[in-house]
Amino acid sequence: MLVVQGIIDGILAGGLYALMGSGLTLVFGVMEVINFAQGIIVILGAYLTYVFATHIGVDPFVTLLITIPIMFALGYGVYMLLLRPIKRDRVIMSLLVMYAVAVVIEGCLDLVFGGTLVQVSTPYATSSIHVGSLVFPDIYLMAFGLSAVLLGVLYVILYRTKFGRSLRATTQNTTAAKLVGIDVDRVSATTLGIGVGLGAAGGMLYGMTASFNAASSYDLISRLLVIVILGGFGSVWGAMAAAIIMLVIEDVISVVWSPVWGQTIFYLVLAAVLLFRPQGLFGRRMARAQ
Amino acid sequence: MAVIQATPELLRPSDIDHAFRDPYALSSRTRGISWVGLFAILAAFPLVFTNPAVTSVAVFTMFFLLATVAWNLFSGYSGYISIGHAVYYGLGQYTVALLVLHLHIAAGAGELGVLPLAGLVAAAGAVPVGLLVLRVRRHTFIVLTIAVMFIFQLLAFNFPSITGGSTGLNVPPPAWSPYSYNLPFYYVALGTAILALLTSWGIRRSKFGLGLLAIRDDEDRAKGLGIKVTRAKLIALVISAFYVGIAGGLYAVFVGQVFPQFAFTPFYDLYLAVFSFVGGLGTLAGPVLGALVLGPLQQYFEIQFGATTLYLIIYGVLFILILLLLPRGVVPSISDRYRSMLAAHWRKTGRGPATQGGSSLSQGPATGPAPAPAMPAEPIVREGA
Repeated sequence: MLVVQGIIDGILAGGLYALMGSGLTLVFGVMEVINFAQGIIVILGAYLTYVFATHIGVDPFVTLLITIPIMFALGYGVYMLLLRPIKRDRVIMSLLVMYAVAVVIEGCLDLVFGGTLVQVSTPYATSSIHVGSLVFPDIYLMAFGLSAVLLGVLYVILYRTKFGRSLRATTQNTTAAKLVGIDVDRVSATTLGIGVGLGAAGGMLYGMTASFNAASSYDLISRLLVIVILGGFGSVWGAMAAAIIMLVIEDVISVVWSPVWGQTIFYLVLAAVLLFRPQGLFGRRMARAQ
Repeated sequence: MAVIQATPELLRPSDIDHAFRDPYALSSRTRGISWVGLFAILAAFPLVFTNPAVTSVAVFTMFFLLATVAWNLFSGYSGYISIGHAVYYGLGQYTVALLVLHLHIAAGAGELGVLPLAGLVAAAGAVPVGLLVLRVRRHTFIVLTIAVMFIFQLLAFNFPSITGGSTGLNVPPPAWSPYSYNLPFYYVALGTAILALLTSWGIRRSKFGLGLLAIRDDEDRAKGLGIKVTRAKLIALVISAFYVGIAGGLYAVFVGQVFPQFAFTPFYDLYLAVFSFVGGLGTLAGPVLGALVLGPLQQYFEIQFGATTLYLIIYGVLFILILLLLPRGVVPSISDRYRSMLAAHWRKTGRGPATQGGSSLSQGPATGPAPAPAMPAEPIVREGA
């Protein structure tokens, strides 16, 4: 029974990580930018929710209507101002720039909120549904539900809109996309906006399920990067599957063994998988990687 | 289509060296004098500026110098950008702390005596890490090095019986006079940095180094040419880890405490990469310049604004500006400017090596405005070109 509970916990938490990770992998797929700031952006989203929910008294889910546009604008602006000018060594230079952006945001958050751990409190934060001896916390069910909805919206954007088609074309071949008249910079900026927006939505949920401060971003980004590597860089579906697999493994190990090992196993699985599939679980081997 | 007037006997290496000599390079004498001058200044620095506040900044700068040169020796030459060198830095720190603790080494010079062991442990750690991370390339490699760094941090937190967990380990500081306390650290770091620089120089000139540069330019082709790519990358990583481990060991003794979050810190990785990038990736002088300019700046901000996280904001903004304004690094930028000026001067005066049959063979990857090549009298047709 403990194992079943672990699997349920893992799937529910996995949905949340899938939401945060999909933003990261989408951005990489389109513009080869490793968004190291995704972790701190999740925390920024969590803090925004915290401010609106605690000080203004808006329901956390309603705050998304404010936070997602703000974060979208942030992502769009960061691309246009900081990433577009980069011409050479794109992968590493953009990583370093995003790293620096993360440091700036971390410094600002720490300056404003200090290092104290906070959590977004809601009436439904502690309630749960019991089925037999299994526990389904309401908050995780809602988080999973919202993740599913937002990922569904992402699917519609990617596969049912003209913008989605431009985005997928840019992912497949940037030069060819430019040749057929796609404004690659606009697509990239919008994609970073979407990725950051998804991260902020994940942050709202994260802020309700865990206590956090600015330093929590490092734990988050390291997990998200592992998920994205395992899913195969740039594959949104791979990241979702990897998120759920990894969180199930972690939660099962945590309940049957110890939480410390649950976290460690998370990384050991990564090492083991890469020994046999360097391209990740769902990635395609690149024909000529250099 | 002209070809080399091939002589019946085989070309000697010195002939090839002469034919492909970079006509714009400074003479080796000028370069040698510059290096010796630089290190003479560095050696004299703490004797002139004796204020402990100043020398302690200088000590941290030397630690950065050592580690940045070592980082560049792997990442700069092979093109595999590691954002996980804090692994070796942390291994060095913990090795020294644990050795001092368990071997009951008295506070003092003995603590510096175990530094080579710190380097060896870091180098040994680089073997399994390298075998894992070097299986992938480019962006996956970069991200994997970050992930591995976090694994080590997690392990340091999760095995308190060995590492002390979040309470950390103490390294009793040597009981030296406060006025000369910094000096041994400074000179040991400077000496090791010179050693690392000589290693870097030796690699750059060797066939092994040529292999690394070939891997950077096109790994598949390098493999096709018979370079044992995995072995070459791994050896470079191990050498690099050795020096970074020593830097970590020095830091542990100097600061006197080892914590998981400061031993395996993502900031350290960022510093090494940015310092090298600013100076000039894959050049000999670049990382030296980057560390000597930005290292003190980093210390200054941390001391000045370290009470709050304001220094993080300042430093982040500074990094962004540097990366956007100097994307290619100082040394390659200046070098290109110098080359094009020299070429223009030669064209105007009609002098230069053009008549001597020299050809320019770019040493790095094609960078920026190509220097106007000094055309040899008879164009050399390279095999397969």
